[in-house]
Amino acid sequence: MAILIDKNTKVITQGITGATGLFHAQGARDYGTQMVGGVTPGKGGTTIDGFPVFNTVREAVEKTGATASVIYVPPPFAADSIMEAVDAGLDLVCCITEGIPVLDMVKVKQYMQGKKTRLIGPNCPGVITPGQCKIGIMPGYIHKPGKVGVVSRSGTLTYEAVWQLTGYGLGQSTCVGIGGDPVNGTSHVDCLRMFEEDPETEAVIMIGEIGGNSEEEGARFVKEHMTKPVAAYIAGVTAPPGKRMGHAGAIISGGKGTATEKVAVLRECGISVAESPADMAQALLKVYKP
Amino acid sequence: MNIHEYQAKAILRKFGVPVPDGHVCYNGASAREWAKRLGPGPWVVKAQIHAGGRGKGGGVKLARTPDEVRDIARGMLGMTLRTHQTGPEGKVVTRILVENGCSIARELYVSLLVDRSTSKVTVMASTEGGMDIEEVAAETPEKIFKEVVDPLVGLTLFQCRNLAFSLGLDGKLLPKAAKMLEALYTTFVQCDCSLLEINPLVVTAENELLALDAKFGFDDNAMFRHLQIGDMRDYDEEDPNEVEASQHDLSYVSLTGNIGCLVNGAGLAMATMDIIKFSGGEPANFLDVGGGATIERVTEAFKIILSDPNVKGIFVNIFGGIMKCDVIATGVIEAAKQVSLQVPLVVRLEGTNVEKGKQLLAESGLNIVAADGMADGAHKIVQAVAAC
Repeated sequence: MAILIDKNTKVITQGITGATGLFHAQGARDYGTQMVGGVTPGKGGTTIDGFPVFNTVREAVEKTGATASVIYVPPPFAADSIMEAVDAGLDLVCCITEGIPVLDMVKVKQYMQGKKTRLIGPNCPGVITPGQCKIGIMPGYIHKPGKVGVVSRSGTLTYEAVWQLTGYGLGQSTCVGIGGDPVNGTSHVDCLRMFEEDPETEAVIMIGEIGGNSEEEGARFVKEHMTKPVAAYIAGVTAPPGKRMGHAGAIISGGKGTATEKVAVLRECGISVAESPADMAQALLKVYKP
Repeated sequence: MNIHEYQAKAILRKFGVPVPDGHVCYNGASAREWAKRLGPGPWVVKAQIHAGGRGKGGGVKLARTPDEVRDIARGMLGMTLRTHQTGPEGKVVTRILVENGCSIARELYVSLLVDRSTSKVTVMASTEGGMDIEEVAAETPEKIFKEVVDPLVGLTLFQCRNLAFSLGLDGKLLPKAAKMLEALYTTFVQCDCSLLEINPLVVTAENELLALDAKFGFDDNAMFRHLQIGDMRDYDEEDPNEVEASQHDLSYVSLTGNIGCLVNGAGLAMATMDIIKFSGGEPANFLDVGGGATIERVTEAFKIILSDPNVKGIFVNIFGGIMKCDVIATGVIEAAKQVSLQVPLVVRLEGTNVEKGKQLLAESGLNIVAADGMADGAHKIVQAVAAC
């Protein structure tokens, strides 16, 4: 079933009556995703463009049977929305919201300990299993159903990779944007593990950037546990130290988290690393014969 | 966001962290008067700029008399201070901190930060105060002590004691150290810090603890709930283009090359800089126009890129997903007209309505080079700039 989501996944939108939430709920529905409703506290009992609106996530889950949610709630309230979704027992929560305070996410991570929910993001484009289910803001049409898994900290750079793959006729099993924040729900390793276990995924592209060590951990996982070929690209070779490059997590601090350092670790672990972002699909084809 | 040392100490004082008495001054006469009010001397006069290494550059001096405070202040104010963090151009000193001096028995180090691998706040302490902590970590990691904080419980008393004992703070200093560490943690959480570093934390000859220098980093995402901290922002300490960009919700970082970049998405923006370098050029900036770029924002982005005199060409790299390429093309054409563009412009468009976008650019009558893919775009802009 690819990973995380498929054609049977029922999804609710938290923040559905906001312009962004509604726009992307419509887009996902058009793609074929089972968008079964939404939540906006205080607007329960109404409908918006055919979507039933509920006051609470718990109620939405009871009435619709949703197992996943996507969050477009503004940053000051987004952490609370994540916890509400976790409390309602959803399997998967994708938080698209950018700009959540880091210490809010620190609390959310602790709150989630021992609970079954998987959080993707925040500050991410979402998850898509091409041809089956799209949760998030990525343009659906660039994707093609297939056997390459994609995991990335960046949105548009993921589109770039997917576009290259599709151009080579290589479809994707599932594409996961894990987000550009320093504290997030799902890591590169988590996704690599799922792709390794997924019978429909044959190869993986991992996209990273400066800051933190999620890519290095991913690389060590590849070396020790993966049988499938992996290619990668790391953005930010030219990024200066100490400057936040757009994403809150994209910063070289204390000389740590440089692209060069990451690329070296990835290579040591047997990953095919693209020097240029234009060569991500080619880097995969060096190690993967479809 | 960063703040000045005197502002950092004011915050610490408010949360009960012991700091030396001091006052910020803008001229020599007031420095002299404040010195007399603060104490019997000696005093320390410290240049207030957002950079470390001030002492070596002549930005921290000891004064024995109020007149000496005045003279040092006069010398320091208006001077260009160069440290390893300011770059060769240095920073002009416009304010100084006059502070009571103290006699130092020991210098220690304490910092708090959000550790990404544990997703928790970590308190770090070291006996090697006054040193570059990254060097200490690399050369003598056994001299660094850590406590990871459960966010739902906070820094516990036993963790404070662990750290204090590791630093050799026992006897009468133990309760003081524990209290101070708790206060630092409260400060960190209440102010939404990304970093709080006390280096050095000193034990005085009188057996008191004092935070002698303090460095704060704040989480930009949380500034909406800290208006008073936001007011401490000193725009003179920041790159004027970066300040201007932030007013328009553009994410911009200035670099030293000559090819301006305008991109949607942070990851793609970084990748665009990289591919310019890979193609033999040097990027002049990082610029993410964001997902919902309007004609106005694209125009502002162009203005900011072009206000950098080093820019000899611009590469626009857009992967229009939700954003439609024809809208971006219209924005680029409008912007190019408004700023009467003189340098080569290469545009790579991909995604929704790409044909319409390319057509608009071709029919605009402007000297815009269209590119197929980011490698082709990077190659073309590097060639165009080299030909200038």
